[in-house]
Amino acid sequence: MAGKTSIIFRYRITHNFEFLEFTSRFVNSFFFLRKTIFLLRILSYNVGGRIRARGGGEAMSEVYLDNSATTRPCKAAVDKIVEVLTSNFGNPSSLHERGFEAEREVERAREVIAKSLNARSDEIFFTSGGTEANNIAIFGAADANKRRGNKIVTTSVEHSSVYNPARELEKQGYDVVYLRPDETGRISIGQIDEAIDADTILVSVMMVNNEVGSIFPVEKIKKVIEKHKSPAVLHIDAVQAFGKISVDVEKLRADLVTVSAHKIHGPKGVGALFKRKGVRVTPRTYGGGQQQKVRPGTEPVALIAGFGAAAEQFELGPQYDRISQLNRYFRERLVDINGISVNSPQDAVSHIINISTNEIKSETMLHFLSARGIFVSSGSACAKGRRSRVLSEMRLPERRIDTALRISFSKDNTRADVDELLRQLKIGMETLAHI
Amino acid sequence: MREVMLIKLGEIVLKGLNRKNFEDKLIRNIKRKVSALGEFQLINLQSTIYLIPQGETADFERVEKTVGKIFGISRYARAAQCDKDLAAIKETAVEYLREILPKLRTFKVESKRSDKRFALKSPEISAAVGERILEAFPHLSVDVHNPDITVTVEVRDFGAYVRGDSLPGAGGIPIGTGGRAAVMISGGIDSPVAAWMLAKRGVELVAIHFASPPYTSPRAEQKVASLLKKVAEFAGKITMITVPFTEIQENIKAHCDEDFFTVIMRRFMMRISEIIAKKYRCKALITGESLGQVASQTMDAITCTNDAVKMPIFRPLIGMDKDEIVEIARKIETFELSILPYEDCCTVFTPKHPRTKPVLRDVQREESKLDCENLIRAAVEGVKITEILD
Repeated sequence: MAGKTSIIFRYRITHNFEFLEFTSRFVNSFFFLRKTIFLLRILSYNVGGRIRARGGGEAMSEVYLDNSATTRPCKAAVDKIVEVLTSNFGNPSSLHERGFEAEREVERAREVIAKSLNARSDEIFFTSGGTEANNIAIFGAADANKRRGNKIVTTSVEHSSVYNPARELEKQGYDVVYLRPDETGRISIGQIDEAIDADTILVSVMMVNNEVGSIFPVEKIKKVIEKHKSPAVLHIDAVQAFGKISVDVEKLRADLVTVSAHKIHGPKGVGALFKRKGVRVTPRTYGGGQQQKVRPGTEPVALIAGFGAAAEQFELGPQYDRISQLNRYFRERLVDINGISVNSPQDAVSHIINISTNEIKSETMLHFLSARGIFVSSGSACAKGRRSRVLSEMRLPERRIDTALRISFSKDNTRADVDELLRQLKIGMETLAHI
Repeated sequence: MREVMLIKLGEIVLKGLNRKNFEDKLIRNIKRKVSALGEFQLINLQSTIYLIPQGETADFERVEKTVGKIFGISRYARAAQCDKDLAAIKETAVEYLREILPKLRTFKVESKRSDKRFALKSPEISAAVGERILEAFPHLSVDVHNPDITVTVEVRDFGAYVRGDSLPGAGGIPIGTGGRAAVMISGGIDSPVAAWMLAKRGVELVAIHFASPPYTSPRAEQKVASLLKKVAEFAGKITMITVPFTEIQENIKAHCDEDFFTVIMRRFMMRISEIIAKKYRCKALITGESLGQVASQTMDAITCTNDAVKMPIFRPLIGMDKDEIVEIARKIETFELSILPYEDCCTVFTPKHPRTKPVLRDVQREESKLDCENLIRAAVEGVKITEILD
């Protein structure tokens, strides 16, 4: 708070004189009021900016609603990381006691992640994050299977770390089919059934879409693959599903599954790939013999341990119910603000909801909310031409795409957060200039 | 062996009675720039500035980079200094060029003898040094018309210098000799290039940026600061003035015909810039306008915006194509920053059908719906000042 006071104080010193002079001249005019409001506005903008610049999130009550971008690391994860960095710095590959301790730390985390996915621990491979896990899965499986066929089936709304590898494979000569969602963001098992044939070597479909939260029928894909007598490997990007809804590799009957730590209150820089025993992927990197040579390199022990600690924290049932209640509450109250449309389907996951104001550009509303301590994502438009691929593929009207916002909840959000968001959204809609 | 830098003055040598002012300014600029890299002595003789390191040898890679960005220099070269003695010159040439010569095939030697007391004439020096080089590097041959490298020997009053090819300098005239002007900078590709071009003509810069939070983000402002930092490597310290522009844009949007939005906005920008420019003792405004590039840069639109102010407006890019502008932007390393996709004050509220041929009378009529005076006053009072160091 000291910072805030001093800024106001300094502002007063610099501008007091002009301000007084000004006041006396315009005191009887209506401009005075307008002017005062404007000055106060400048003041509040600067003050907000300074405090945030100093990283004092606690000073201002912060409403963090961008949990699909990243989550706040939980205490268990932070404590674990500090503990490992300070007292367990060994290399897991070293033969001595220090190394063995570090190895145990990695293996403990591997077991936790394996258990959370209903997998075996020798089927879990730590990576630098979701992007790397997706790259190993897509390039690795395509390469290992290239003699069996040439076709890859995926969707047009995958995360960039699946979509761009798929485009790269297309350049290399693979025949890639991108399934398009309907206007509600859904992809049906019928579409997938039509696309897969005996020449298909890889099917990669996300479990939960990161922008609108739609759930894809991934648990039915394996059956379709078998029906077509296809040699296809099934990869599921479960980054947005993990820790929110059940990701059970047995029920999914998946061959490869991607998860990431920082979406479940763990650290950035670590993720994991589940690779079913016997499924072959050609490695992307070569080095020492770590992790069965699928992903060699000295393991980031602290980050992996932090990932494990975060995965131990989530309990799907009760936490997710609370988030579902928040989502329902938000949808109900949203009706009070005129002109807002919901881009997420009714049966989307509860922690992601995509809306369009239809009146205020995404970036404008985002900054307006940000200046008030509310953090959401635009995941979308910009006048300079980066339009959301997902919303475009859903064939939404331009105006709706350009005004879209993604709100994503975590277990830490409350009703008060939702109320504050709704209140400020409403103010924004009333005061900001419409497009 | 001692390494020095020889700096050839650019077009300022053509100046008449003012020449000394220009030279002094350039020397001061060089001194200030290299002072961060060590202690140097500067000697100005016969349209060459000698940059001589004092004490331990300086990091000449960095000196080279720095000198390459100082305006007013036509060419510059690193050179080895030695005694004015033919044997010493020959050995210095072989020793100093030992790394580069094995990679080349042909060479020639040129000599300049300004100390006429030196026993040999220029062609004789060249022949002797050439002979010694051929002896040390038998794979080389002499080519006087199109050599891979020209080895230059200069015999001056206070020593002899041996060097390879010189490098082109930044050109232009020294910063500070061209007065001071305010550049309007949005964050796009053009305005940093415009700023750089006038800095090249010796102009000291003040930068004016219009910010419209929340329509524009703090990152857009940060982006402009980073762009100016790049320009400042050439132009020296720049004062960046950020003008709060939200109120004005909202008012235009609310009260004026949408088709005139851009031209009215730009008239406001001009007026505000002129007030700020005067405050900072600037004598002109600089914009990155290029004729016909967008609706607001047609001749009719420029007529309307130009009318808002009395101060001269410099538009160095007016006759350039986008490709040519991009080429310079890449050269001065602003391009990659410019294309970062943040909304700026020029992209928010863009009308669907902007007038390409606005008529001043219509613009003034639309504008009269606003309380211009007070809007401008509030904006000028709310500015934020950031010093961008070079």
